[in-house]
Amino acid sequence: MDALSGLAMGFGHALSLANLGWALLGCFLGTAIGVLPGIGPALTIALLLPITFSVNATGAFILFCGVFYGAMYGGSTTSILLNTPGESGSIITSLEGAKMARHGRAGPALATSAIGSFVAGTVGTLGIAFLGPVVVDLALQLGPAEYFSLMVLCFVTVSAVLGGSALRGLTSLFFGLLLGLVGIDLQTGQPRLTFGIPELLDGVNVVLVAVALFAVGETLYLAWRHVEGKAEVLPVGSIMMSKSDLKRSFWPWIRGAGLGFPFGVMPAGGTEMPTMLSYYVERKLARPEAQKEFGTTGAIEGVAGPEAANNAAAAGILVPMLTLGLPTSATAAIMLSAFQSYGIQPGPLLFTSQAELVWTLIASLFLANVMLVVLNLPLVGLWARILKIPQPQLYAGILVFATIGTYGISNSVVDLFLLYGIGIIAMFMRRFDFPVAPVVIGMILGPMAEQAMRQALTISQGDWATFVTRPVSLCILLVALAALAGPRLYAAWLRRVAASRPIGS
Amino acid sequence: MPAHRVADLCAALAVVALGLLATWQAAVIPASPIYAQVGPKVIPYLVAAGLVVLGLLLTVQAVRGGWSQNIEELREAPPLNIRSLGLLLAGLLANIVLIVPFGFTVAATVQFALVAAAFGSRAHLRNLLLAFVVALAAYTLFVKLLGVNIGAGLVEGLVFGSPD
Repeated sequence: MDALSGLAMGFGHALSLANLGWALLGCFLGTAIGVLPGIGPALTIALLLPITFSVNATGAFILFCGVFYGAMYGGSTTSILLNTPGESGSIITSLEGAKMARHGRAGPALATSAIGSFVAGTVGTLGIAFLGPVVVDLALQLGPAEYFSLMVLCFVTVSAVLGGSALRGLTSLFFGLLLGLVGIDLQTGQPRLTFGIPELLDGVNVVLVAVALFAVGETLYLAWRHVEGKAEVLPVGSIMMSKSDLKRSFWPWIRGAGLGFPFGVMPAGGTEMPTMLSYYVERKLARPEAQKEFGTTGAIEGVAGPEAANNAAAAGILVPMLTLGLPTSATAAIMLSAFQSYGIQPGPLLFTSQAELVWTLIASLFLANVMLVVLNLPLVGLWARILKIPQPQLYAGILVFATIGTYGISNSVVDLFLLYGIGIIAMFMRRFDFPVAPVVIGMILGPMAEQAMRQALTISQGDWATFVTRPVSLCILLVALAALAGPRLYAAWLRRVAASRPIGS
Repeated sequence: MPAHRVADLCAALAVVALGLLATWQAAVIPASPIYAQVGPKVIPYLVAAGLVVLGLLLTVQAVRGGWSQNIEELREAPPLNIRSLGLLLAGLLANIVLIVPFGFTVAATVQFALVAAAFGSRAHLRNLLLAFVVALAAYTLFVKLLGVNIGAGLVEGLVFGSPD
């Protein structure tokens, strides 16, 4: 089905009262949790996973995607008004945004990031609609060997390329792979890594791990570093943008969206890189009088560009998830496990076997964007008020709901021990700067990679060379190798150049 | 050796230990009676080996000076707050101990109050009251409206009658 007829069908379904309701609920929840420091979309969607038992798939995914998009909008509010970015994608926004807020320009900063998010979200969703079917056509030609190589590439990029250290990123990934192995092996029926505990035969629950990493671990680490004192919420003021604000924001929005989307689509699924790039581009391109505002009173270009890049990248992440079944962020990984709980196999066949679901979802993303800009512009004062919920009660509430989310699945105290145990590990991971997102991705993608690998080896009758003799598979593996070794070789080369050049020239 | 390097070394050795634990668990996977081109043990061994190798590389890094000191965010982080962390851990423990005998509402109320205290709240009585209301509301929402059982007990029995 081509994009236009798909969209026509999608809007037909998305405009039903129930689906509009799910989108609105998702947007509302998403913005709220995006604003609240300490909880993000991955944790929220994980806690909402039980609704997959009672709500149809289309409704659930509209809700999840609303949360996903909404969290991106809400995140900018926190980074501007509180100067503490909630997630990695809004770190750059807080650079200029908080400075603008401190100089009484919080309103325009919030407005430019909301409108920028809208522009980028719309561009990104258009990208999903038109690029998706193309990627699907390509993906249908891939066999299990190519799929396995793609997953390897995905593993490398999410753990070794992003973040501070490849070594620590890979360690997190392998911890996730290990968690994914727990339980009965689907192919041979043997129990693996269960330590003889019968509760572990079903495997470790994804919700449990997500809650342990993002709620329990995070809260424990905050207690570890707790210092008495209150964070200061800056006043919003008027959200009206002046004519010059609009003029200065317009091109950064477009450039940010253009920069962010491809980064999201590539299995390098980070929002840090495109936001950072957008920031440097806007700083370079700004007119001299605007350049003076960078780093001093806060330049609006430095908010508009990165915020657009952040949202476009987030939209882009949905492309590999919907077309290939490859999650490149923790949130996408959890959405993928929701597909699995409906018995839907995400991957290239999704666009044909579940055409109605996919196109309704894409159409809902357009609608969600409109809802979000409406929710975020006039209601920004309400969201700012959420920031005033006192920390102690906020974190206490997060932990209580985290426990409900876990205990509700199985009513088993073993799961509570696992939840708090993995939470304590996550606390130490924060302390030693091990990223947590690769754990979730490894845990969900690991079993799929194992399955693809076994299929490929069964086809090749046990010949491991199949991964390097099939040209497409070899190319993907070479890209993965380049992604792993490239930055290190480049750094070594820079050192050599610096060493061979005399000082002072 | 300075403290931060010892800490990094412990983290690295913990990764090695996890790898060894995984190796042991991979070794005890029963041999499969079903023929498979790739048996159930292959990937567990690969993952375990990966963890051991990564742990050893981290150990080398720790011995050479560690990594924590090079990360600004960690270097400038405030020191360990034993009181906060202790209260929070007590909150988690209380929940595990109380949820089976007394049910969700009691366990959640105690946990809420302890966690709030961990983050410096001193209005303990107000927290307990707030927690009780929030917990009972959450219980009603999950059990009565969504049909997800999150653990009935003392309070739930009093409010909704004994479980059928």
